[in-house]
Amino acid sequence: MADLESFRAQAKAWIEANLPASLKGAGARALTDEGSASISGGRKVQWTNPDAKLWLERMGAKGWTAPTWPTQYGGGGLSAAEARVLDQELARAKAPPALASFGIWMLGPVLLEYASEEQKLEHLPKIVRGEIRWCQGYSEPGAGSDLAGLRTQAVDKGDHWLVNGQKVWTSYANYADWIFCLVRTDNSKKHEGISFLLFDMESPGVETRPIKLISGNSPFCETFFTDVKVPKKNLVGKLNGGWEIAKRLLQYERQNISSGGFGAGSGGYDLEHAAKDYVGVENGKLKDTDLRARITAHKMEAQAFALTVRRIAEESKSAKGPSPATSIVKYAAAKLNQDRTELLIEALGSQGLGWDGDGYTPQEIAAARGFLRAKGNSIEGGTSEVNLNVVSKRVLGLLDHQ
Amino acid sequence: MAVFSEEQTMLRDAAKAWVAEKSPVAAFRKLRDAGNPDGFDRGVWREMAEMGWTGILIPEAYGGTGLGHLTLGIVLEETGRNLTASPLVSTALAAASAILLGGSEAQKQTWLPRIADGSVVAAFAVDEGPHHHPDVLEIRVDKRGSTALLTGKKHFVAEGGSADLIIVAAKDGLYLVEGEAKGLTRQRLHSLDSRGFANLTFEAVESEPLGDIAGPVLDRTRAGLAAEMLGMATQAFETTLDYLKTRTQFGQLIGTFQALQHRAAKMYTDLELTRSCVEAALSAVDNNANDAAQLAALAKAKAGETLHLVTNEMVQMHGGIGMTDAHDAGLYLKRARVVEALYGNAAFHRDRYATLLGY
Repeated sequence: MADLESFRAQAKAWIEANLPASLKGAGARALTDEGSASISGGRKVQWTNPDAKLWLERMGAKGWTAPTWPTQYGGGGLSAAEARVLDQELARAKAPPALASFGIWMLGPVLLEYASEEQKLEHLPKIVRGEIRWCQGYSEPGAGSDLAGLRTQAVDKGDHWLVNGQKVWTSYANYADWIFCLVRTDNSKKHEGISFLLFDMESPGVETRPIKLISGNSPFCETFFTDVKVPKKNLVGKLNGGWEIAKRLLQYERQNISSGGFGAGSGGYDLEHAAKDYVGVENGKLKDTDLRARITAHKMEAQAFALTVRRIAEESKSAKGPSPATSIVKYAAAKLNQDRTELLIEALGSQGLGWDGDGYTPQEIAAARGFLRAKGNSIEGGTSEVNLNVVSKRVLGLLDHQ
Repeated sequence: MAVFSEEQTMLRDAAKAWVAEKSPVAAFRKLRDAGNPDGFDRGVWREMAEMGWTGILIPEAYGGTGLGHLTLGIVLEETGRNLTASPLVSTALAAASAILLGGSEAQKQTWLPRIADGSVVAAFAVDEGPHHHPDVLEIRVDKRGSTALLTGKKHFVAEGGSADLIIVAAKDGLYLVEGEAKGLTRQRLHSLDSRGFANLTFEAVESEPLGDIAGPVLDRTRAGLAAEMLGMATQAFETTLDYLKTRTQFGQLIGTFQALQHRAAKMYTDLELTRSCVEAALSAVDNNANDAAQLAALAKAKAGETLHLVTNEMVQMHGGIGMTDAHDAGLYLKRARVVEALYGNAAFHRDRYATLLGY
């Protein structure tokens, strides 16, 4: 404990000395749902705030963008307990995240587990420093919930792989530098014919087109591969062994989505405060007693969820990799965020029904857009129905229908 | 499950083994069928005391172990699993908390060692009508120096038929009444769950004031009861899951049907969420945390909702056999509705949660 407290003092002093003044107290406001968010890093980043760049450089050099990764790959080399202390101190300073990327929370952990030493040394340090931004090539037009039905082909051409096919729902593909991609390397088998491939999005034959959502935003793309040449050394793990890596990465994805990914796009509104402002209060209680009851039920569920995320983290401290309970967390998080955004626009009344322009505050617009965006929460990263299938089969041991 | 200490893990394993051997659901069924008026088996209660469960909240100086609420919750979860009938919640939790929080040194000396050794059965009398409204109590208190005379009624008191010691909630706090006191009459009730409830009438009954501590005693009781409910719900779910894995229809195990799989997965989700709430509430009590009341409301409400769902699904997923008295599903369902209501149902605690948060 004494060591932890001395680490806390060090971390605090370092943050005090290195967090640029303009970012102090900025907190999570710096996070947006737009692809241009500078904190995702990468070659194409447009720095709107030079201090954000400085903050990333300093945190990256320290390895604290990936605090628990080993130092030989650029990470911070911290223990889980130290990383929690660092989180607490960053939160206390209301420091904005220096880097929030798929590389950090999805690809990095599986590279640490499955990649060769050479691959780790090549890719991990660039992820830590935010130099390369990654996107995820998973879903295809014909392979959504049935992901293993994917058809993007990688053919062995001796000195390289030749990739042809199409991905869809590739988040921020238009801003990404590299892609981690599931490809078919054996047509005779389904799950055992998939491999996990890394390649540069600037390779000739790669094309991206943004997809506009009902919320009016375009975080996703369609991505096309036409005779893309990929070096042989970019295959991670075993040939035709990609499905295991893919599933493990999805666990990290769901864990991250659940433990904080949802909840953006609410315009920073606190549900019961919005309800107080827009519905009114009588005798210390919200005037609309039915809405009060539903908001309360939601808030209690949200606290139960937050306590569960904390409990899973504590329990898996010593275990390796995410807990199998992660799948229930993704399911619960999606439902919670949808309930919350629905309740928020209901509380705002007609002010929660604005699309843009005069007559609405930016927060009100964000609430309406957030409600629309949240519909995707029960679809992306595995639909809620697939999540429930995973829980019933993997956790509860129920069998497939014959 | 929370990260338990070695001591807590040993206690849980011991409780699990003891409950399986000495107090399976079949034992409760036998008790019910025999029409035991106390609603619990004195021999079972004695064994619980011998294992130290009655003294888990009581400091060593008064004959207990002082291990705290999270530890008592471990035991309550295990007894809840098998519907073990005992006055553990009323006695070792509610009454022990009341005396620990409000008792004088003399009262502690008198009662705590007897709670710890199992020689006293206690009751916690709060409600005065069919619903839980601890803020509107009408029982009359006439102060007589250091004692007070109580006049009024208490409804649906757990262990009210057999209690040697009754903690009574009045408008201005809790009062301690001895079971033998003059002016106290009891009407034993035959409740759905075949446990020892009674209506009590007080006619100028002598009592000793314990002070204005009803709030924290209720919260502790609710958090512990939520642990018992979590155990009940967990076992009801596991029994149902076993049935899904063994019952065949249309040439298939019924557990292969997606309609049932998804409902099972949702129950599992609710159970996980409930466990987090229960453990957080018990830990908050142990740590004297500021949000103990809020977490107790959360735990009691969530445990109530989950137990409600799981016991209904237990009957439904078992089909016809689940409707028969011979099957245990009915025993869980009946006990569930009683504990859901006890010390405030889910609706009560949702309202309380909102009020605590200031809206």
